[in-house]
Amino acid sequence: MNKMGITELRERQFKEIDRKMLEQIDLLIKNYGMPILREIKTNNLLWIDVREFSQRFMIPIGRISKFFEALSKGKIVGTKCPKCNSIYFPPQDDCTKCKISGLDVIELSGEGELLTYTIITVKPVSFMHYQDYIVGIARLREGINILAWVNENPQDVKVGMKVKVNIVKREPEGYFTYELRKVK
Amino acid sequence: MVDVAIIGTGHSKFGNRTDVNLQELAWEAIKQALEESNLDQKDIDMFVVGNAGGWSSEPLSAIVVGEYCNLAPKGTMRVEAACATGSAALRIAYQAIKAGEAKTAMVIGVEQMHQSPNALAIEMMGRAGNYFWEFENFGLTFPGYYALYAIRHMAKYGMKEEDLGKIAIKNHYYGSFNPYATFQKQINMEDYSKSRVVAYPLKVYDASPITDGAAATILASEEVARKITDSPVWIVSQGFASGTANLSKREDFVSIDAARFATEEAYKKAKIDFNEAWKYFDVAEAHDCFTIAEIIAYEDLGFAKRGEGYLLAREEQTYIGGKIPVNVDGGLKAKGHPIGATGVSMAVSITRQLLYRAPKGTQTNIKNGMGISHNVGGTGHYAYVTIFSLRKPSA
Repeated sequence: MNKMGITELRERQFKEIDRKMLEQIDLLIKNYGMPILREIKTNNLLWIDVREFSQRFMIPIGRISKFFEALSKGKIVGTKCPKCNSIYFPPQDDCTKCKISGLDVIELSGEGELLTYTIITVKPVSFMHYQDYIVGIARLREGINILAWVNENPQDVKVGMKVKVNIVKREPEGYFTYELRKVK
Repeated sequence: MVDVAIIGTGHSKFGNRTDVNLQELAWEAIKQALEESNLDQKDIDMFVVGNAGGWSSEPLSAIVVGEYCNLAPKGTMRVEAACATGSAALRIAYQAIKAGEAKTAMVIGVEQMHQSPNALAIEMMGRAGNYFWEFENFGLTFPGYYALYAIRHMAKYGMKEEDLGKIAIKNHYYGSFNPYATFQKQINMEDYSKSRVVAYPLKVYDASPITDGAAATILASEEVARKITDSPVWIVSQGFASGTANLSKREDFVSIDAARFATEEAYKKAKIDFNEAWKYFDVAEAHDCFTIAEIIAYEDLGFAKRGEGYLLAREEQTYIGGKIPVNVDGGLKAKGHPIGATGVSMAVSITRQLLYRAPKGTQTNIKNGMGISHNVGGTGHYAYVTIFSLRKPSA
């Protein structure tokens, strides 16, 4: 199966859930004249909303487009204020302390130490198709923190361990992102 | 400035409340508050509705509640400060009266999370941080955010999972006496240890439940309060602060910075010595959306030294009769955490404690006549700390 195929499969799964809900609404209306259900768990009467509502945002990234260009070339960058030398990660193009814009783009060392982590076992719906994942926060040499998945076995993850930022493709979607790996 | 008192309180049963809709749920608390203060809707100058929303169908919840509960056409707004929404709503009413713009104001906190499937609620809470940098690619959940604090606390100070369990056991114990609580069942360490991990190291029994509920308070100026009641509970001070959206922008993961700043402000106004803060209060409500949050709260409020919060839990010093009773209404953990209602519910619990009206088995000994609520929004994105007293603040 190719990568697009898996994304399509996920889409199809969501559509399947929606179709089941619509069928249930149809059945309720057919039997009772209205989309009304008695919930088994609570015995409460519920009106099943006929108007579905899902959202997919379109998020502007133009001001920090260099971050994404660098990421596609396997590099992780932040921004730096030429006036006060503050380093920003996540990157931002405004130094809101100095009130100046057009900050310098700097490559980050990607080297640091793991401050903390967790293993997400109960996942959000939009992350259901992944295996359980470890999320960690590392402090980089530059003194800034970065939050990302830690791509290691849970038993190998320890607070204080040396880590390195790694640019990877997130599968099955196949888009560029970054992760933390243990320095062996 | 005018002194402000709480002169009426109302509280619905918390839990899965799909037996009613949002406005009917709000009415349960509003009706009780009106009856308690012997006031009618026409006597209320303004009302503020704390409702985080998103999981329930009505976007203009303040208006829907106002129409249904006969509070319209009085002025209103919906207030949002994540899990501290209720305290933010309280702040609006408190300030309006303090400034002389209103003589009476109603604060309503209401949330109906069960209008959406649990999975959607989990998704929405996970998105509440910095959506683009921390959710979009890394799928954190709400327990996940607090788990990052828990692991750091364990690594740095030697806190154990069982110390977190102690918080869950205490809050379930007190919840069992509270008729308004979601869970009225006690648990033991075995139940705790066996419960399913949701975000390592946090388990189901570390987490507050997805909850529906409503709470209300009526606030009044001294002039009005004196006419209505001989037992007003005064708001002495409130501190508030905000934290970073990105968790990665925080310095360390052992303290909620915003909560510390809010505490400093509230203590300064109330002339409370941080290092001995616990001596001033008979009872405290701390934001235990997760057990770790209550342990951090002990430290941020000055009840324990930094890194020693877990010892208060281990030594059971926050039960009634201990150093400082905390969350004796069951807390968010057992009472439940209907996001927008929680801050208002805390104010209701403290008020009833100070007036010796707490449910049997949960009444603390009122010596100083003072209580405190610590209400955190998000994972330290917002914080509100409010101090309540039987003594008039300017007296």
